[in-house]
Amino acid sequence: MSSYPVLDQKDTRSGFGAGLHELGKTNPNVVALCADLTGSLKMEAFQKDFPERFIQVGIAEANMMGIAAGLTIGGKIPFTGTFANFSTGRVYDQIRQSIAYAGKNVKICASHAGLTLGEDGATHQILEDIGLMRMLPGMTVVVPCDHNQTKQATLAIAAHEGPVYLRFGRPKWPVFIPADMPFEIGKAQVLIQGTDVSIIACGHLVWRALEAAEELAKQGVSAEVINMHTIKPLDTKAVLSSVAKTKCVVTCEEHNRFGGLGDAIAQVLTTHAPAPQEFVAVNDSFGESGTPDQLLSKYGLDAPHIVAASLKAINRK
Amino acid sequence: MVPGYFWPASKKASPPMSQTTSAPASTTTTTADLIRIASQVRRDIVRQVHGVQSGHPGGSLGCADFLTALYFKILRHTPEPWEMDGKGQDLFFLSNGHISPVFYSVLARSGYFPVKELATFRRINSRLQGHPTTHEGLPGVRMASGSLGQGLSVAIGAALAKKMNGDDRLVYTLHGDGELQEGQIWEAAMFAAGKKVDNLISTVDYNGRQIDGDVDDVLPLGDLKGKWAAFGWDVLETNGNDMDALLKTMDEAKSRTGKGKPVMVLMHTEMGQGVDFMMNSHAWHGIAPNDQQLKDALAQLEETLGDY
Repeated sequence: MSSYPVLDQKDTRSGFGAGLHELGKTNPNVVALCADLTGSLKMEAFQKDFPERFIQVGIAEANMMGIAAGLTIGGKIPFTGTFANFSTGRVYDQIRQSIAYAGKNVKICASHAGLTLGEDGATHQILEDIGLMRMLPGMTVVVPCDHNQTKQATLAIAAHEGPVYLRFGRPKWPVFIPADMPFEIGKAQVLIQGTDVSIIACGHLVWRALEAAEELAKQGVSAEVINMHTIKPLDTKAVLSSVAKTKCVVTCEEHNRFGGLGDAIAQVLTTHAPAPQEFVAVNDSFGESGTPDQLLSKYGLDAPHIVAASLKAINRK
Repeated sequence: MVPGYFWPASKKASPPMSQTTSAPASTTTTTADLIRIASQVRRDIVRQVHGVQSGHPGGSLGCADFLTALYFKILRHTPEPWEMDGKGQDLFFLSNGHISPVFYSVLARSGYFPVKELATFRRINSRLQGHPTTHEGLPGVRMASGSLGQGLSVAIGAALAKKMNGDDRLVYTLHGDGELQEGQIWEAAMFAAGKKVDNLISTVDYNGRQIDGDVDDVLPLGDLKGKWAAFGWDVLETNGNDMDALLKTMDEAKSRTGKGKPVMVLMHTEMGQGVDFMMNSHAWHGIAPNDQQLKDALAQLEETLGDY
């Protein structure tokens, strides 16, 4: 993709680690907590340089969420770090009562989300976390698309007042967002302008959407690609202005088709501007062991599936 | 308009301050003073629960002496101006949120909000929700509680923040004994001892009863003192319904802070303490007295500060 050359291959979790380390230097109120996954979350640099603000909680995620909530009462900005599965499903009630309902300024940072966790398999590949978090009143949900954007998002959520769920992942992935591209929570990015179909994606699948748009262009189809890095609050305006042009939508996410980005967009469309929508998402199943690419392909989350979904959406207009 | 959620939570306007609230007591408050205040707190508890025919009187009555001692003698706190951060103040977290009637009574009586607001307990548009919450902006409440087992972790976080901030004040918690069946409590217990959170004094309302019956029948806690000690806590025991014993033990607990261990006080209490027909049973855990029962209860509790 000429407009978005691959700058590097890096994991999004390293973007989080880099952002957290920078916050350590710039914001004395930022405190980091981890549940025995410091290496996996790339929190070592923060731990090494700011040991007095790093709390190793051990394998006790419920306790970690409660401690984070309590830290806010002393004016701290706690960042919790563990896998997405243990950041959400395992501790849903702790987040619900002690963080969301209590309105505490906790940043829940979740790595290894989705199928691209890979070989560890379905026990760890949570595909329901976006849904769980966006159902909580007052929760902001951010799913950045590459290393650079994950770093930007990490910095942005520290400055945002209120509870946030930040979702990122494990695999090395194309870096294509320029480090100086502005990032604003709740403001979608139109990466490619088009007129035939709106492809709205989040996380790792934004790159797959760009690949699909290139293939569609070869077939004479003009696809608009939108990076919806914030699932909540959703940039409704961006969705509606794109659909006003294209009249159909494909949503792409590394998540169950229930509860995630696709549902959020469908709600916007049915409320304001009904239009055909196709869902590129996991079809209500658990994952399995495999490489990230094998899994994305098997579960229908690769560029060929996005191309097929786009053509189907266009045909339904 | 249907209510939506705003962050931070929008605060409902507080009712006009038409009734003077009692100021928090000074260090000269005597045991006799505290016993008199606790009697009024018990009246507030049964009247709140009766008023809305809903709520949890049993545990509230059992903890009335402790919370009175805490808010009128032990805590170094400033009800006004109310600040969430509580820097330079002792903090208290109620983990067993269902005993909200006693919490609301001591908060109101010590000056956090107008005493007359107790009449709104559990009613629509009230800041006094069934279980305490920060969501409606009620002064004195720093955490939502109700879903059990979460308060110790929160208190640890607040205690760690105090250490980071160079704030030498203490953090207190209260837990139900049945609540200790929750696993998160023991995650937190392990952490607090392992990480030397020694500016923390936790207490347990050890009344031996929970909703379904005696704790020993539902799920025995075993050697509770031994368990906390084995986790690395400095453990004290006291009679939670004897004001002199309570004050002495809490003084002792305070003297043991700052020595590398969190401190636990197991308070032996009687559910329903102060109202004879609510005692010696788990039956009054979560039911409201009828009109006659209210009358019978109030006849046993002297009105010392004036009913709301």
